[in-house]
Amino acid sequence: MKKRGKAMSLVLHPTGNKGAGDPSQAAIALRPDGTFTLIIGTADLGQGSNTILRQFAADALDVPIENISVNNQAGNVAPICTGSFASRVTLIDPHAVVNAADDLKDKVVNWAAGMWEVAPEAVTWADNSVFVEGDEEKTMTMTEVGEGVVGSAELMIGTGAWYPAPFTEHDPETGAMESVGAISFGCAVVEVEVDTETGLIDVLSVIQVWELGKAVNPLTCKQQINGGLSVGLGFALAESCHPYYPDAAHAVEHLTDYYVPTFADYPAEISHGIEEVPHPAGVKGAKGFSEGSSTVPISAIISAVHDATGVWITEVPLTPEVVLKALEA
Amino acid sequence: MTEYVGKPMPRYQGLGEVTGTATYVDDVQYPGMLYVKVLRSPVARGTVKGLDFSDTLKVPGVVGVLTADDIPGVNIYGVYGDQLVLNPQDLRYKGEPIAAVVGRDEDAAQAGVEAVKLDVEELTPVFDMFEAMKPDAPIVRPGTTSNLFEYDEQGTTTRIIKLGDVEAGLKEADHIVEGRYIEAIQDHAAMEPQVSVALIDDAGRLTIHTHSQCLNYHLAQLCPVFGLSQSKINYLGGRVGGGYGGKNEINCDHIAGLAALKFCAPVKYRLTRQEDLAYTGKRGAWVFDYKTGVMNDGRIVASHIKEYHDSGAYCGFSPYGTEKCGMFASGPYNIPNILIEANTIFTNRYPSISMRGYSVLNGQVAADVQMSRIAEKLGMDPWELRFINAWRDGDMGASRYVVDGVGALEAMKRAAGMAGIELPDKLLQMSSRSR
Repeated sequence: MKKRGKAMSLVLHPTGNKGAGDPSQAAIALRPDGTFTLIIGTADLGQGSNTILRQFAADALDVPIENISVNNQAGNVAPICTGSFASRVTLIDPHAVVNAADDLKDKVVNWAAGMWEVAPEAVTWADNSVFVEGDEEKTMTMTEVGEGVVGSAELMIGTGAWYPAPFTEHDPETGAMESVGAISFGCAVVEVEVDTETGLIDVLSVIQVWELGKAVNPLTCKQQINGGLSVGLGFALAESCHPYYPDAAHAVEHLTDYYVPTFADYPAEISHGIEEVPHPAGVKGAKGFSEGSSTVPISAIISAVHDATGVWITEVPLTPEVVLKALEA
Repeated sequence: MTEYVGKPMPRYQGLGEVTGTATYVDDVQYPGMLYVKVLRSPVARGTVKGLDFSDTLKVPGVVGVLTADDIPGVNIYGVYGDQLVLNPQDLRYKGEPIAAVVGRDEDAAQAGVEAVKLDVEELTPVFDMFEAMKPDAPIVRPGTTSNLFEYDEQGTTTRIIKLGDVEAGLKEADHIVEGRYIEAIQDHAAMEPQVSVALIDDAGRLTIHTHSQCLNYHLAQLCPVFGLSQSKINYLGGRVGGGYGGKNEINCDHIAGLAALKFCAPVKYRLTRQEDLAYTGKRGAWVFDYKTGVMNDGRIVASHIKEYHDSGAYCGFSPYGTEKCGMFASGPYNIPNILIEANTIFTNRYPSISMRGYSVLNGQVAADVQMSRIAEKLGMDPWELRFINAWRDGDMGASRYVVDGVGALEAMKRAAGMAGIELPDKLLQMSSRSR
């Protein structure tokens, strides 16, 4: 018999390393033609860090985004990024990028002020140029700045770094650890169909909403939410490297024994929503969330299976074997 | 002012990735490149009694072998500095690297591995965390007396995170809801399996093409192994063909680098999908025991959580993971009395490492199913139970962090709206800004 059930879930996802002390650094170089290279040590594993950090750099410099290239493969000269993990990059790296942009602007403004023999405060950086307000002779496009910097034997590289807080340990007595970077919140509504004869669970629909501070790039947010679902589907329904855990028998050694969900396993209906409560620790309110998109569907699926069958199956994943055993118990 | 932040924009470099022209580590080729295959432990626990490469060195195409004796620096790596690059002696899990064979191609190297005369005395392993905690259990880490991780120098084997008085809270509660949650081992299954290319460049530096997710962490781990300063290593990375946490762990860079140093040639070391699936670190298993105290009106007054994490044979990221999981395992809820007891237990499995949503995911799954079970017990709508208890700005979590910029209620309102669920006005009027 096929039984349908529906349920919701609410989870959190923290951003940043436990205990903080996880810095990122960035550098922005002005090129001789007035374009920019953003240099970071941040691995882009598909999550889109290059994409969003370039957006932050363009806004911080107030220049066309096409004028900024990203170099995150600079090997032994790359600035430090503690790592592309713990959903930390969206919270931490933008601060480093903005600080690097501010540093570069300061350096260029000071250089231009020297060229024009005016006070630095008189020089404005805006619209991809520097100028002295009200003085038509004292204005340079960024291309002219780039050329001029080289011609006056200068190098313009802005640098910046940031972390949420210095590293702390747990208090040995209470376990207290007061600093957390920022926390995002996910809510899912899921409908499933359980085949009580085969134990197979079909996830019919998933609605997933994330409160993520600021959607820096709504397109990549959508991709993370809908893509992260696959890890959650696998965790909830299929993937187990030791299927008779804790027994090591039949430990998985081939993909034929280890089922990773494909698009064919995706629910017929998926939809995503974004909610923005600006976080005080983030640049423009942004905080990381994406990893949580794998978390929030799992408990909703388990609760929906209970709604369908009346049984709480709390040994995950809910493979057909596990489901049938639970229904028969 | 430009306003790119907030705009939907296509992925930088995305075109190359979707059309297949992007260059990944495995695409890197050098003339005269050598290849590595690794001899792995055939048993979950054992002692190496003999290791004879005489037949290996006769295999056509085999250039040489790499053992622990070839390591110029220290034979230690890992976040907790407890893993051996090549383990010559006390084997702790099936698939643990013992030695490597370097050949002109992968087939030759593999034939060389198969020709090694390895004599191992098999010992009784332990796979069950709860068995491993018993006093007479086989000891996973030679030289220690317990299979529990010690969180501090005083030998504390359970990390306590507490807020308020959980005993008093449970006594005060109208209902107690208990639940056990068992969560399995998951593989990262990234599209790009583990791989590394290393060579000595024309300045004499060791260049490594890596897919590391955390170049700085890994460089700091690799330098002592090679006995080289950071300026002597050109660690080239930045593009990763899917990581999901699996590339927070060094699987190939150390061995490829050592082979390049020994044989003074470009070296590629890559795992097949099977090797990656069978032998590398995974999201480890977790078992949780939840005991929650709740009042008739739905207020949660106490949460007692016991957390057991199967670390495998080495630390991996596990001690960090159990602590982080514990800090958030009571969920996004304002609970005055919390006691978390976190345990990291060693077994004879591959090390447990980070994976997407790492450790927090495991606790959240348990915490959220527990909430639905509490709602069922009270006969209360699951939305209402969560609305009543969800954090507001200024609330405090288990390890005494104060939450700010909270959006749990806002996320729920939007999700309910999208699902066509009409929430009662009393819930819709609630806000994360105040209680």
